[in-house]
Amino acid sequence: MTGTVAYAYAVARDPDGSLEEALGGLPGVADAPVRLVRTGGRGDVVVAVSQVPERDFEEGALRAHLEDLDWLEGVARAHHRVIEALAARTTVLPLRLATVYLDEERVRLMLEERLAAFADRLSALDAHVEWGVKLYVEAPAEAAPQAGAPEPDLSPGRAYLRRRGAQRHAREDAYRDAEEAARRIDAAVRPYAVDRVQHRPQQGELARGPGENVVNDAYLVSQEHAESFRADVLRAAEGLPGVRVEVTGPWAPYSFATPTEAEPLRRAAQ
Amino acid sequence: MRAAGGPPARADEPLPDRQIALIDLLDRLLSGGVVLTGDLVLSIADIDLVRISLRALIVSISEQNPGPWPSVTAALRDDDDR
Repeated sequence: MTGTVAYAYAVARDPDGSLEEALGGLPGVADAPVRLVRTGGRGDVVVAVSQVPERDFEEGALRAHLEDLDWLEGVARAHHRVIEALAARTTVLPLRLATVYLDEERVRLMLEERLAAFADRLSALDAHVEWGVKLYVEAPAEAAPQAGAPEPDLSPGRAYLRRRGAQRHAREDAYRDAEEAARRIDAAVRPYAVDRVQHRPQQGELARGPGENVVNDAYLVSQEHAESFRADVLRAAEGLPGVRVEVTGPWAPYSFATPTEAEPLRRAAQ
Repeated sequence: MRAAGGPPARADEPLPDRQIALIDLLDRLLSGGVVLTGDLVLSIADIDLVRISLRALIVSISEQNPGPWPSVTAALRDDDDR
C-alpha cells in the first residue's frame, strides 16, 4: 500500500505534448504537483491527476471531510486552480470534486475505455466558455414612509395596515421586475447561448446578498461572443429597481462537461 | 485582465484580493463536472454531494449539529404522547 491515491481533476487536450510542462510547479490538492496521465499511442487526450493521501479520501474520511466546510473549500479551490490553469491553455472537461482512483494506471485504463466519448465532448466544447447568470430580488425590508404629510387622522392600527400594504406592494413590484429582467435576459442570450443549465437558487449562509437569489443559471457561449454576452446580460436589469443581475465567469465549462440531452434545457442535479 | 470566474468587480473590493465566491464554485464542482465512478469503496458517484453541500451551506456546521446525515429539514418530533 502506497498511502496515496490518484485524485483526478479533469480530462483535457494536449495537442503538442507541452501541457504538463506548462503546469510546472502548480500545486494541486494537498499541494501535490499535477501530472498528466496519457494513453499509449499518440493520443492527445489526457487526465490531470495528483497523488493525495489515501487516509483523507477513503470512504469514512471523505464522508466526514465533505461535511467540513473548511476542508471542502480547500479541496474545491485547489481543484479549481488546476482547472483554471488547464483552461487557460486548452479545452477542459472538469471532473466532479473528489474523483479518486487507486493509482495512475487505473486512471489510464479509465481514459482508454472512454477515450472516444471524451474526445467528442472536448471537440464540442472547444473555444467555448461558461457564464454564470444570477438574478437577485432586493425587496425592501422596510417600506419608506409615504412622502408628504403624515396623516394624523389615521388610527395607529390603520396606519400600520397602510404601511404593511405599501411593503407588500413594493415586494410584489420587485418580483414583477425580476420576471421582467428574466424575460429580458432570455431575449438577450438567445443569439449567443449554445446551452443552458439551471442551478438551484443560492441560499444559506454562503449565499452572498444583498437580496434573494431567484435565478442561478449557467450558459455555454462561444469564446467569440463571450464579451457581448456578458455586456448584454448586464443591461437586462437597467431601470428595474429592486432587481440585480450578476454575471460570474468566464468559467471552464463545468456545468456542460456532460453532454446535454436532446432537449435544449436541462436542470442541474437537484 | 479579470481573473476568470471571479465575482463582478465592486468598487469596494481591491482587485488582487477578489476571490471567487465559494458558493458559485460549489454549484459547479458538486453538481457539474463529469461524474466517474472512481475506485473508492464508496464512490463519489454514490454520495449525494448536493445534499452534503446543502447541509454545509444551509445548516451551520456546529457543535449543535453533530452526527452524520441528518436530513436537511429535520422534522420536529413531538414525543410527548400521553
